[in-house]
Amino acid sequence: MHFNYELFLNYLIQGLANGALIALIALGYTIVYGIVELINFAHGEVFMMGAFFAFSLVAASGITSESPFFQVLGIFTVALLGAMIFSGAINYSIDRFAYRRLRNAPRLAPLICAIGISFILQQLAIYWKGPIPISPPQLLPTKYRTYNILTEVFGLDTKVRLKPADVAVFAITIPLLILLSWFIRTTRTGKAMRATAQDRQASALMGIDVNRTISMAFIIGGLLAGAAGMIALYYNNIARAQMGFRYGLFAFTAAVLGGIGNLTGAVLGGFLIGLIWAMSDGMIKEYIPGWGAQWTTSVIFGMLVLIMIFRPTGILGEHTAEKV
Amino acid sequence: MATVVTALPAGGSAPKPESWSLKHRESLLIALAIVVFALYPFIDSWLGIGRLGSLGPMFIYVILAMGLNVVVGYAGLLDLGYAAFFAIGAYTMGFLTSPTSVFVQRGYVPDWLQHFWPALALSWITAASFGILLGAPTLRLRGDYLAIVTLGFGEIVPNFFLNAEGITGGTAGINPIGMPTPFTIFGHSFSFTPSDQRNWYWLILAIACLSFFMIRRFYNSRLGRTWAAIREDEIAASSMGVNLVKTKLMAFAIGASFAGFAGSVYASYFQYVHPDNFQFSVSITILAMVILGGVGNIYGAIVGALLIGFFDRIFAEEFNKPMHWFGDKVGIDFLAHHDLKQDKFLVFGLAMVVMMLLRPEGLIPSTRRKAELHPETEDISEAGNQQFWDVEHDEQQLSFGNEGR
Repeated sequence: MHFNYELFLNYLIQGLANGALIALIALGYTIVYGIVELINFAHGEVFMMGAFFAFSLVAASGITSESPFFQVLGIFTVALLGAMIFSGAINYSIDRFAYRRLRNAPRLAPLICAIGISFILQQLAIYWKGPIPISPPQLLPTKYRTYNILTEVFGLDTKVRLKPADVAVFAITIPLLILLSWFIRTTRTGKAMRATAQDRQASALMGIDVNRTISMAFIIGGLLAGAAGMIALYYNNIARAQMGFRYGLFAFTAAVLGGIGNLTGAVLGGFLIGLIWAMSDGMIKEYIPGWGAQWTTSVIFGMLVLIMIFRPTGILGEHTAEKV
Repeated sequence: MATVVTALPAGGSAPKPESWSLKHRESLLIALAIVVFALYPFIDSWLGIGRLGSLGPMFIYVILAMGLNVVVGYAGLLDLGYAAFFAIGAYTMGFLTSPTSVFVQRGYVPDWLQHFWPALALSWITAASFGILLGAPTLRLRGDYLAIVTLGFGEIVPNFFLNAEGITGGTAGINPIGMPTPFTIFGHSFSFTPSDQRNWYWLILAIACLSFFMIRRFYNSRLGRTWAAIREDEIAASSMGVNLVKTKLMAFAIGASFAGFAGSVYASYFQYVHPDNFQFSVSITILAMVILGGVGNIYGAIVGALLIGFFDRIFAEEFNKPMHWFGDKVGIDFLAHHDLKQDKFLVFGLAMVVMMLLRPEGLIPSTRRKAELHPETEDISEAGNQQFWDVEHDEQQLSFGNEGR
C-alpha cells in the first residue's frame, strides 16, 4: 500500500503540538507524584480551570482579532500568565486545605479525596460557563488561521500544513520546559524538591521545610497546567468543563509511560501519547477500515493498562522497591 | 498489636453473653427493615406518595454499593471502574434476551437461555469472569496503580460498547430486553411488565436481600477474615500463609458478580441499555455511596446507597418546586431557576472530600476499619508522645484479649 507521507507529516505536526500540551500537564502529575506519591486526580480539572480563566480574561478585555497587533499580543501574554497563576493558586489551595491533612493517612484516602475534588471543580466550571462547549474570542486574524507557513514563507509546493498555531504551541512550551529544567536543577528550591522526592524524612532532618517544598511542587504543576490550558483553549478553539478528564488521564498515561516521577520521562511520554493520539485519530483509518477517532480513548487507556501491568516503571523510570 | 486485638472479638469463637444479645438485636433489626421495605408498596399507595418508581433504582444502587464494598471495604482494593462490570451484566442480559440482539438473531443463544432468570444467572457469572480476567494480571500492583488500571478498564468497556456498533447497536443501545416470566404464588400471580411497579419493586428487593445475605456470609467466613488480614497488613498476612493473589481475586470476582446482578436487573427494569449509563461518573457515584456510609461495613454501604439514591432520585426532584417558589418570592433569580439535579456531582464530590477529611470511616463505621484509620488511639508503637498511663492501659487491653481466647 502506498504510504501517504504528506498525510503522515500533517498528523505528525498535530501530534507533536498535542504532545507538547500533554507533556505540560504530565509534568504536573509527575512532579507531585515524585514528591508525595499521590496521583493528583484533580490535576486535569486544574488544567481546565486555567483554560476557563484565560477565556474570561480575553473576553473581559474586549480585544478581538481586529484590534492592533500589540494589544492582541499583550492580552495573549496576560491571559497566559493569568491562567498559569490561577491554576497554580488552585493547585496550591487543594494541597494546603485537603491533601496536607491526609499526609499520614492510608494511601488511598488522598486519592479518593482528589477524585472528590475533581468532581467539585468540574461542577463549579459548569456553573461558571455552562455545560456546553464554548469557543473563545478569536485573537488571530482569519487569514492567519489557515495560513500555511511552509507554502507562504518557504514557497514549498506541498500539502503539509504548518499553521501559526502549531508554531505558537512550541514557542510557549519549549521555553517553559527549559525554564523548569533550569529551576529544578540549579535553584535552592529545586534542589530541595529533588531531595524531598528522594527521602522526605532525611530532607526534613537536613533543615528543608518539607511542607513548603511540597507546596512548591503543587504550584509548579499548577503553573504548567495553566499554560497548557491557555494553549489548549486556542489550539483547539474550544473549551468545556469535561475537557479536564480526558486530557488529564491522557497526560497521566504519558507520565506513567515515561516513568512516573521522572521529568524527562513525562515530556517524552507526552510527545509519544500526542503522536499516538493524532495517528489513531486520522492515520490508522487509512489502513484499517472502520477505524476512527472514537477508538482513540480505548487505544490510550488500553496502553495505560498494559504499561501498568508489564512495565509499571515506564520507559525511563528506575525500579523502586515498595516501601513497607 | 492492639489493632489486631480490637479486630478479634467480632470473629472470636469464645461465646460472650453480650455478643449473643447483640446478634439477636442485629437479626431483629434486619427482619424489621425487610418487613418495612416489603410492605412499603402498600404504605406508598395508602398515603399516596407515589415514589415506588424511584425506590426500585435505589435498591439497584444498594446492590452495587454492597458489591463495591466487598472490593474496596473488605479487601481494601480501590476499584474506579466498577461501572464496567455493571455494564457487562446489563449487556449480557441484553445480548441474551433482546429480540434485536445479534446473538439471538443469528441463533447463537439457545431458547431456554433467552429468558430473564437463566440470563440473570449467566450475567452474574459473566461479570465474575471479567472480574477475574481483569484482576489476574493487575492485582499484584499496589493500591493507587490498581485504581488507575481499573479506571482504564472502566473507560474501555463503555467505549467498546459504544463503538462496536455491529454487536451492541452503538448509540442506539439495545431495546427491548426480556422480562421475567410471570409466576404464581399463593394464588397471586406476579407479572413484570413495566406497568407492574409493585412486582418489580419486590423483585429488586428480593435480589437485594439475597445479595445482602450472600455478602454477609462471605464476610463472616474464613475468606472474609483473610480479606481483613490482607487489608490491614499484606506482608504479615502473606507470611501467615494467606494466598494474596487468590484472596484478592476472590474479592474482585465476588464484587464484580454483584455488579453483574445489578446490571442485568437494571437492563430488564428499564428495558434499555446504553453505553452512557455506565460512565466513569457512575463508578464514582457508587464509590461515594460506600465512602459516605462507611467503608468496610455492609450496613454503611446500604445506608450510603439509600442516602445518595434518595438525593439523586427523590430529593432533587421534590425540593426543586419549593426552591423555585421561594426564589420567585424573594427575588433571587438563581434559586428561582436552578435545577438541583445538576448539583448531584458537586454533592457526591463534597461527600467524598468531607468524609475523607473529617470522618474517613464513614457515617456508620465498622469497628475494624475505625481502628485501622485511627491508629494513633490504638497502636502502642506510635504512642511515643503519649502518657505512660496510656501505654499501660493499652497493655491491659492486650492481656485481656488473650484471656478471652
